[in-house]
Amino acid sequence: MVTLNTMDKYFYEAQRQGRLSFYLTSFGEEAINLASAAALSSDDVVLAQYREPGVLLWRGFTVQDFANQCFGNNSGHGKGRQMPIHYGSKNLNYITISSPLTTQLPQAVGIAYSLKMDKKDSCVVAFFGDGSTSEGDFHAALNFDAVMDAPVFVTMSMLDFNELACLWAGDGIVVKGQAYGIPSIRVDGNDALAVYNVVRSARQIAISEQRPILIEAMTYRVSHHSTSDDSTKYRSMDEIEHWKTKHSPITRLRKWVERKGWWDNNEESNLHFEATKQYCG
Amino acid sequence: MASIFQGVGAATSLSSSTSIETKKFHFCSRRSPSERKACFVVVRSGGVMVDGGLNRIGGRAEQLVTNAVAAKADTPAAATASKPGHELLLFEALREGLEEEMERDARVCVMGEDVGHYGGSYKVTRGLAQKYGDLRVLDTPIAENSFTGMGIGAAMMGLRPIIEGMNMGFLLLAFNQISNNCGMLHYTSGGQFKIPVVIRGPGGVGRQLGAEHSQRLESYFQSIPGIQMVACSTPYNAKGLMKAAIRSDNPVILFEHVLLYNLKERIPDEEYVLNLEEAEMVRPGEHVTILTYSRMRYHVMQAAKTLVNKGYDPEVIDIRSLKPFDLYTIGNSIKKTHRVLIVEECMRTGGIGASLTAAITENFHDYLDAPIVCLSSQDVPTPYAGTLEEWTVVQPPQIVAAVEQLCR
Repeated sequence: MVTLNTMDKYFYEAQRQGRLSFYLTSFGEEAINLASAAALSSDDVVLAQYREPGVLLWRGFTVQDFANQCFGNNSGHGKGRQMPIHYGSKNLNYITISSPLTTQLPQAVGIAYSLKMDKKDSCVVAFFGDGSTSEGDFHAALNFDAVMDAPVFVTMSMLDFNELACLWAGDGIVVKGQAYGIPSIRVDGNDALAVYNVVRSARQIAISEQRPILIEAMTYRVSHHSTSDDSTKYRSMDEIEHWKTKHSPITRLRKWVERKGWWDNNEESNLHFEATKQYCG
Repeated sequence: MASIFQGVGAATSLSSSTSIETKKFHFCSRRSPSERKACFVVVRSGGVMVDGGLNRIGGRAEQLVTNAVAAKADTPAAATASKPGHELLLFEALREGLEEEMERDARVCVMGEDVGHYGGSYKVTRGLAQKYGDLRVLDTPIAENSFTGMGIGAAMMGLRPIIEGMNMGFLLLAFNQISNNCGMLHYTSGGQFKIPVVIRGPGGVGRQLGAEHSQRLESYFQSIPGIQMVACSTPYNAKGLMKAAIRSDNPVILFEHVLLYNLKERIPDEEYVLNLEEAEMVRPGEHVTILTYSRMRYHVMQAAKTLVNKGYDPEVIDIRSLKPFDLYTIGNSIKKTHRVLIVEECMRTGGIGASLTAAITENFHDYLDAPIVCLSSQDVPTPYAGTLEEWTVVQPPQIVAAVEQLCR
């Protein structure tokens, strides 16, 4: 999580300095990224929206790989064809990201279908945000999942802005999953351990019972939507600060580990040092 | 080998337009200056004003004439009667046009993602929600097919919605609504229902926006029966076309370009509305007709500078109306120059250029001295890397080379 956080910081600043044309950070959603990735096996296929580079990081995408993709050069997996943060790796079972929202959900159904045909011991995970739940593809895909008993689980990050009341009415997304006949669960997305447990169980159910699961991970997007957005236009700085400090998934896990006596300040500074070294050479 | 100077042809076209021009001036002078200021004006290409009287937009009346000597695109104010005009950027011109129409007609409303509180991703609707309220400038959920459908439904009941796609590429999700409903319902209902929507948004190839954000939807939409398509390229025509599109009872798709929003120009203070179906004479010439639209207009004008230095005299027409084509203006030009170069940003296969080539061949084949040359973007998804992206889009040196080849 710290590595992801550090990477985001450096690449975001690089964009601000004009070295990258675009970047998108995952501040605040590190737990969803990494805890989910940790609970999955490397055979599970991942379809991300665009705020889940942590999964790739966990699976072995190197700092150099990330940089190559962002700079759009020839060495990147995509050979410079796609925008920054649109990562993908066939080897790591992470489908190349496509910008339009929710297109990955029906595709997830398709991939799950092929896994089912091949009777593989793996599942598909599709990540998306709450905005995507407005799109038609979301509803169609969930319906398909349920009807076809696809071993896919969809996990989404639910943002807690006050301004976004215009996106839906009703009690969030978890109830929508139930309406489609999909077992659904709501979890604290900033609690790394909770996310890990939920994803692990979901994976277990999805594969053994061959059915879909919907996970609604409640979190807060601390960052702007991307480098093309200034979120202070629709939310207050106080709100951002509050979630950045009090509810940061990194801080929460660190405090828990410290309380257990397994971590201390030395290790903390070493970790940050190591992470920073990767980016500064 | 036919000479480049088609003397006879040029003289013919000039004389006919001159005779009609005198008629027009005669007509105008009968009105007193004060009357002229008060009355509503319809402006044709090149910034020449013709008293429209009863706001005859879309109709091609006899006194409307192609101006053989166009005023330069960046000083249309030279043609206007009194005030010097005001300077603004293209996105501001769009907003001004939109605001004027919202003021004039309470049925005009806007819907789309982030058009209200955020003011639009390119600021075209900035301040409108604060002025007209949340309902009239509506922030919709992220569901393009649905809010396009919503706009169509509202239009059938008498409202005049402007539907904004945050990026034209996202309107592909709304293709079903646009094709099967927007274009068709007027016809299939036997004329009972009108769909006076304006569907607009930024499109085209930007700077490293990636394939999905660099779509050119004009080629995908052009086959849809029942819709009109226009592309704006200057603040002047952006405002005029926006107003015309809103006033039209037909569904109109207004194509804006991501890279042109910050173009600055001085536009008239007086109210003006442009003709949706008309092309714009950017630079009259004799040797070759270059047909273009949107951003490529600027690549063409850049190439034109080089061409003029090399002794060529290209006639540049911004076709503006992508569906239907203004074959009147285009035809007159071809009859004069006998050579055609089309420069467009959409893909080679099935693009606007392809249709235009067919239309010109069908109608003006006898006037051509050389095959029509069409320069378009490569048939590939737009790559992100800047060097690759540059190569997929037509660049000025290619235009220069094509003209030299054509005029050999």
